[in-house]
Amino acid sequence: MCGIVGLFLKDKSLEPRLGELLTEMLVTMTERGPDSAGIAIYRNGGGDASKLTLQSENADEDFATIDADLGNAIGATVTSERNDTHAVLSVPSDKIDLARDALSKIRPDVRIMSVGETIEIYKEVGLPKDVAARFAVEKMGGTHAIGHTRMATESGVSTLSAHPFSTGDDQCLVHNGSLSNHNRMRRQLRREGMVINTENDTEVGAAYVSWKMKTGSTLGEALESTIDDIDGFFNFVVGTKDGFGVVRDPIATKPAVMAETDQYVAFASEYRAFVDLPGIDNARVWEPEPATVYFWNH
Amino acid sequence: MNTVDLETQSLRSLNQSLHDLIGTTEKTKWTVLNPKGAHAIAAGIDSPMDITIDGSAGYFCASMNKQADVHIKGSAGPGLGENMISGTITVDGDASQNAGATAHGGLLNIKGNASARTGISMKGVDIVVHGSIGHMAAFMGQSGNLVVLGDAGEALGDSCYEARFFVRGEVKSLGADCEKKEMRPEHIEFLKDILERTGADAKPEEFTRYGSARKLYNFDVDNASAY
Repeated sequence: MCGIVGLFLKDKSLEPRLGELLTEMLVTMTERGPDSAGIAIYRNGGGDASKLTLQSENADEDFATIDADLGNAIGATVTSERNDTHAVLSVPSDKIDLARDALSKIRPDVRIMSVGETIEIYKEVGLPKDVAARFAVEKMGGTHAIGHTRMATESGVSTLSAHPFSTGDDQCLVHNGSLSNHNRMRRQLRREGMVINTENDTEVGAAYVSWKMKTGSTLGEALESTIDDIDGFFNFVVGTKDGFGVVRDPIATKPAVMAETDQYVAFASEYRAFVDLPGIDNARVWEPEPATVYFWNH
Repeated sequence: MNTVDLETQSLRSLNQSLHDLIGTTEKTKWTVLNPKGAHAIAAGIDSPMDITIDGSAGYFCASMNKQADVHIKGSAGPGLGENMISGTITVDGDASQNAGATAHGGLLNIKGNASARTGISMKGVDIVVHGSIGHMAAFMGQSGNLVVLGDAGEALGDSCYEARFFVRGEVKSLGADCEKKEMRPEHIEFLKDILERTGADAKPEEFTRYGSARKLYNFDVDNASAY
């Protein structure tokens, strides 16, 4: 199983409500994935700063002075905003690689959830409503967001195995299904220099899309090639800084439904995740075709 | 008239009320408000009744239906009318995957599109889809009729037995052992009747019939690659 929800806003007036709307959608998908949940949200970006979203098992200790410590290590001003087990660091964009290296030395146990101008990823083990509440997702505004409720099949229940996965700047991917050729593909992608942290099949899917985009593909082209190169069952929903994409495998056993109005495009594993969205009664609601790529850009 | 609002009453109490009528013969009328995509609405009913579902339903709506006439005013999720025995189900919108799967009888009338695996393993049901259907429709269909006013996706009727398929539009591809067949007078008569009963805007002569080539019924080594 697993539940996916995604909301890509076209109407700026809805942006302050993004977290609230996504939380309702996410919690509705609890029955599809009660063991862990996560969201990727795109917000508050731009300028010369990039964001590092971090997660720690010992957040009190690790995050207390992380802004000053990392700032000293890279010779720049770093600000930090703690959110439960996560913290979002703001780092000058030209120092982001330095900051990544420095973090692995000064906080070796801290995990990097995402890097980018606008992306933030929050994920933890637990019921979706509890995960959403501990990060106060409903108070977050933003341009687009993707959420996932997980029922583990391919690997264990842990924070790192929860979705979304991010394997490139401002990129994220969530998945419903199971991939068959992920071990071979993980080896191939590592040889190409992609960093893959877990034994999870979905992370390989995410790294594959990131690799295609790194080597010149657009989001749409990268999603097209998953149909040929990735073996298994999948519905992928992918986010980039200004884009939102969906693809299903050709057999399409995993459920998917989409809704579009003048205000938004929404994706969910089941229609009931849409029922509280504004104007849903007049939305165009359809099931995405198998082996067909859909994507939207701001 | 009984009205059940799923905003204030539980799905379980609705289905229990419907199941309490099993074995009764008097026709009852029901309206279900705020279905909001809930699963298994009116599943397992077995008495003469009219049920109107005022919105969209989730998985397995009216599955195993016997005797009842169910009208869904919105769309339906996967497994609509799965294993239906008799009665009718009418959907104003679309149906998701596996509509009418394994159904033995009755009439499933989908006014919009239906998706993958419509009528998979159908065993006697009549299914009319006013729009188009997805891939692998009627896989291993044994009997009954699938009538499609629009197009059919890949592998229509793969490994089918005696189910009949009538498609007005394009068929993307036929499954193993499914072939085009001639339209005889009895097929025109059948279509005329069912199109009229389902309010379908189409003429019987516009359809092409497909069915089993009957080459996979018994093992034949020459067909080994097709099994």
